[in-house]
Amino acid sequence: MKAFGGKILFLNRSDINTDEIIPAKYLTDISKEVLQPYLFEDLKIEGFNPKTDLRNVGVVVTRANFGCGSSREHAPWALEANGIHLVIAQSFARIFRQNMFNCGMMAVELPASTIDHLFDAYSASGASLQTDWENRCFLIQSKAGIEKIAFTVSKYDRSLVEAGGWVEYADANY
Amino acid sequence: MGKTIAEKIFDFHRVDAPSDEIQVIRLDAVFCHEITTPTAILDLVSRGKDRVFDPSRIKAVIDHVTPAKDSKTALQGKILRDWARRHNIKDFFDIGRNGVCHAIFPEKGFVRPGYTIIMGDSHTCTHGAFGAFAAGVGTTDLEVGILKGVCAFHTPRTIRINIVGRPPSGVYSKDIILSIIQRLGVNGATNRVIEFDGPAVQAMSMEGRMTLCNMAVEAGATCGICRPDETTVAYLWEFIKNEFESPRAALAAYGAFRPDADAVYDAVIAHDVSELEPLTTFGYKPDQVKTVREMQGVPIDQVYIGSCTNGRLEDLRAAADVLRGRKISDRVRGIVSPATPDIFRQAMNEGILEVFMQAGFCVTNPTCGACLGMSNGVLAEGEVCASTTNRNFNGRMGRGGMVHLMSPATAAASAVAGFIANSPLYKP
Repeated sequence: MKAFGGKILFLNRSDINTDEIIPAKYLTDISKEVLQPYLFEDLKIEGFNPKTDLRNVGVVVTRANFGCGSSREHAPWALEANGIHLVIAQSFARIFRQNMFNCGMMAVELPASTIDHLFDAYSASGASLQTDWENRCFLIQSKAGIEKIAFTVSKYDRSLVEAGGWVEYADANY
Repeated sequence: MGKTIAEKIFDFHRVDAPSDEIQVIRLDAVFCHEITTPTAILDLVSRGKDRVFDPSRIKAVIDHVTPAKDSKTALQGKILRDWARRHNIKDFFDIGRNGVCHAIFPEKGFVRPGYTIIMGDSHTCTHGAFGAFAAGVGTTDLEVGILKGVCAFHTPRTIRINIVGRPPSGVYSKDIILSIIQRLGVNGATNRVIEFDGPAVQAMSMEGRMTLCNMAVEAGATCGICRPDETTVAYLWEFIKNEFESPRAALAAYGAFRPDADAVYDAVIAHDVSELEPLTTFGYKPDQVKTVREMQGVPIDQVYIGSCTNGRLEDLRAAADVLRGRKISDRVRGIVSPATPDIFRQAMNEGILEVFMQAGFCVTNPTCGACLGMSNGVLAEGEVCASTTNRNFNGRMGRGGMVHLMSPATAAASAVAGFIANSPLYKP
């Protein structure tokens, strides 16, 4: 199972699409690792600089409909190549969300009010997050201390994460 | 309790339900192209599982960058080509016979009512036009589809949109779907199937229905779907005539994939198109839609007519009707890419390509290229394209470029004007 934690990158916008996560011109590579320098290259959010702001990041927290657009699994791969295995959002586009779990990674939805709270409390000062898998909660560490945020993940999605992805799961089951 | 089209298709194909929400279904076809499939192939090889579940149910095409533009795209093509040969995949379409996947596969008769189809391409929802459940997936789902012939989906929930009213002359399926995306928003149908029904859909050609279903994903939908009817059967007849005694018998059999009158929907929306105007997008999201009238005069640098949305014969005919006897503006580069070789040939035989060339368009081979800024018409920073494609995302057709989505008729009229403009075919 992959590790789900690290420094949080806050992306304060809804509808961040797959072209913004990884532009199509990089889809001609057949290796996942080469995507690493291009994550969020075309994402324009005030105050965000993909060249400097991705260092040591392990978790992305963002708004609604993250990952809309193309089916490219290069989007989760580009995140993975940067050590990001967990995206937390108000909602996800279907294919992106499925791709994350299919790769043994996590796309976790939290209510809008919780997302608002995370932005309000931590986006300015910075925080890191650890996942307590047993108790289904995120531990958010900041100067103010540690806050617990409960999350849910379906039994099926959990089994994908535990299996390491859909290929392993399907191979064992079908 | 009645069932929707998608529920009926799932009932025929379910192999497992690992949870209340998830169903694993058997696949009738797995479609492949050279951008998302090679990584799946290489992963299967590295796992020692270089197998395919059924070579006759796998269809593959090189379409995104063709001819190859560099060594990397040449390698992607080679990986797909070698794999198709190695596994005896007969329906593999290479240069000279290749076209945009969502245009060529239906044209070859590979899509039937009631089918389940996946492809590593978000616009796979196009094939729902035939009453099939067809969904875009990522490379991992594709890989398992190739190996096992199954895929997992959420239990389908459906939004039904009854399209009523007769659209004015010069208003097309593209304008209708843009108006629906504007109404639903870019995630208004996330994790939902959209059933497009009603008199306006029944009056549409298969081409028009494909345009409609093609952009269902721009509202977040898993699949757009239309009930199979006489039009569907007439389109498919040459491929199914050995399976059925008559078109009437085919229609009766496909009745298994029509929705029940008491089917349960998440929402039922009546969408009146009788006073719809030609539409176009502004901004970087496909739900940012205005009338062409409101956008009239926005200068453009390039016009692109083609793609899985609007590169079919009906689309080229509409554009040619606008262009006949006219020249495009000096400041505009016009590019038309007929979506398949058959469409190209038919357009040539009908004199449509001549009209495009007389008007000053460049006619290119069938390819997806420009739509996603990979080849064949990439924009420079600051340039604006009037395009018949499906996405206006920031950077989509080239970094720093702006894309305005519209119908082929509006795109052709804009090419002549040099700015966004309504076509003379539009008669409110």
